[in-house]
Amino acid sequence: MERADNRRALRPTRETGMISTLGAFMTKEIRHILRDRQTLVVLLMMPLVQVVLFGYALRSDVRDVRLAIVDPSPDYATLALRDRFTAGRRFKIVAIEPSMERVEPLFRRGAADLAVELDPDFAPHLESGEPAKVLVVVDASDPNTGATMQAYARAVIDLYEADLEANGKQPVRIIPAVRMRFNPTLESVNLFVPGLIALVLTLVSALMTAISLSREKERGTLEILLVSPLRPWQIIVGKVLPYLGLAFANVLTALLAASLIFHVPLRGSVTLLLAESILYSMVSLAIGVLVASLTDSQRVAMLVALLATMLPSTLLSGMIFPLASMPKLLQVLSNIVPAKWFIVIARGIMLKGVGLEHLWLETLVLFGMLLLLMTLAVRSFKPRVA
Amino acid sequence: MTAPAPKPVEPAIVARDLTRRFGSFTAVDNISFDVGQGEVFGFLGANGAGKTTAMKMLIGLLAPTSGEARVAGLDLKTETEEIRKRIGYMSQRFSLYEDLTVLENIALYGGIYQLSKETITERSSRMLEVLGLEDDLVARLPLGWKQKLAFSVALLHEPAIVFLDEPTGGVDPITRRQFWEMIYAAALRGTTVFVTTHYMDEAEYCDRISIMVDGKIAAMGTPLELKQKWNVPTIDELFVRLARPA
Repeated sequence: MERADNRRALRPTRETGMISTLGAFMTKEIRHILRDRQTLVVLLMMPLVQVVLFGYALRSDVRDVRLAIVDPSPDYATLALRDRFTAGRRFKIVAIEPSMERVEPLFRRGAADLAVELDPDFAPHLESGEPAKVLVVVDASDPNTGATMQAYARAVIDLYEADLEANGKQPVRIIPAVRMRFNPTLESVNLFVPGLIALVLTLVSALMTAISLSREKERGTLEILLVSPLRPWQIIVGKVLPYLGLAFANVLTALLAASLIFHVPLRGSVTLLLAESILYSMVSLAIGVLVASLTDSQRVAMLVALLATMLPSTLLSGMIFPLASMPKLLQVLSNIVPAKWFIVIARGIMLKGVGLEHLWLETLVLFGMLLLLMTLAVRSFKPRVA
Repeated sequence: MTAPAPKPVEPAIVARDLTRRFGSFTAVDNISFDVGQGEVFGFLGANGAGKTTAMKMLIGLLAPTSGEARVAGLDLKTETEEIRKRIGYMSQRFSLYEDLTVLENIALYGGIYQLSKETITERSSRMLEVLGLEDDLVARLPLGWKQKLAFSVALLHEPAIVFLDEPTGGVDPITRRQFWEMIYAAALRGTTVFVTTHYMDEAEYCDRISIMVDGKIAAMGTPLELKQKWNVPTIDELFVRLARPA
């Protein structure tokens, strides 16, 4: 008789019971996060610091290119072209020499980044319709910067050529039409910000959940939770939701910093971008849970989470290094990196202003990954006793 | 007024031929025993004898390879969820959250076991009073207090059975004594206590004990029965004799 009463007392209504259980667990999780002030400050500041750092330091667009001009016989045409180079703020002419040999030492010393050598018969050739030759020499010790500088120089020359033609007299020549769409000023910070959001979300979501869950494992508190009426999914959800909130705050910080400091455009729907960020966070959180269930200590979990998420997210996502210039194998491999898909989405929304009609495939891929990872995470999250 | 016919009291724990293998290694080998309601049952054994494995099967952390068990009148295999609500567990390692306060820890477990707000408030203030504790970060408590607190938290939802895995490891003798007083108090309130230990003096405090050797139960009974049967002055001596057969 007494036992029957007891049994009823222990089972209120099923729904309220589940919510109060989950609520108690989440409250505890939020307390952990709030109490660890140092970590919290680092996590909250990270997007700001990263946007600023990446924005200023890791840009691949090049300014103040030190240009040496080799102009053996200056004439009206070469002067006009030289003016073109000085017109923008990209190039700074550091030397004007009559021959290439005089420029060579500048390169060696690192005093020039780029040299443009003009045909001795530049104006006459142009007049007669013969090809007027221009040699562009680039310090390519940093190949990416070198390629960029070369592209800039080409762009200046092409423009000049196009203007000449527009004036009528020239026979039509092949003009490489390079248009920098969506990012006409070649602001690399615009390209980085979507990648940065991915990076910050990965860090907070995957790394922090992996650490926090494996800490419970290491300290033995997980065992107590598993003996309690808490179900594994409740433990996972309770762990993950507070970090999702933190990740959301991070996305907002990163977006604000990017638009206030670097005027990165946000051409598409903010709501869609935030929704996609949450989706991506959940994928990362699932990875964190999975890593924690498969490892036995905080330290290992942290290392595995770093290796499994941060490296691919920075290197194989197209965030910094264009995927198109990678070997085929890596290109194929990059498809399993969630950040790759998110970056395509974020760039699409922010820079191109497109919506789901163009991004449904990427979104679907992320959903698929989420489903798969969540299933694996819950499956592997069984009481495992050494 | 006719009194209802007295129902036979079902034991708190019934284990039948419980076995657990890890690969080719048999950690627990066909053990069977009953633990009566309100009994303090000492589960003894050397390190690696299989007592923790056996306990983990009873609390649902580890599935038995074969055999069956009933815990708190419920079937271990099919009614695990119900069992979880009716048992308490304190592991070898201290397992409260050190970065939370005493009351926050209590609130967490109260919430997990679905106690009402009022019940949680009432029981936690009683708990602080009995333990003579102020609400503070758990990390700041001395080890002995932590253990007593962990035990009290394991009893928070008034479980039918509480499982204690070497609860007094690394604790000073006075605290150990106080700890056993708490165990007795719980048993008097009707809670069945299942405790593993390798302190043999503690074995003498139990109503009944079993001694595990190499995954099997080598001896079981009240401390007095066992000492008489084997003709030894202390359980310690019996333990040494069983654990190291000549």
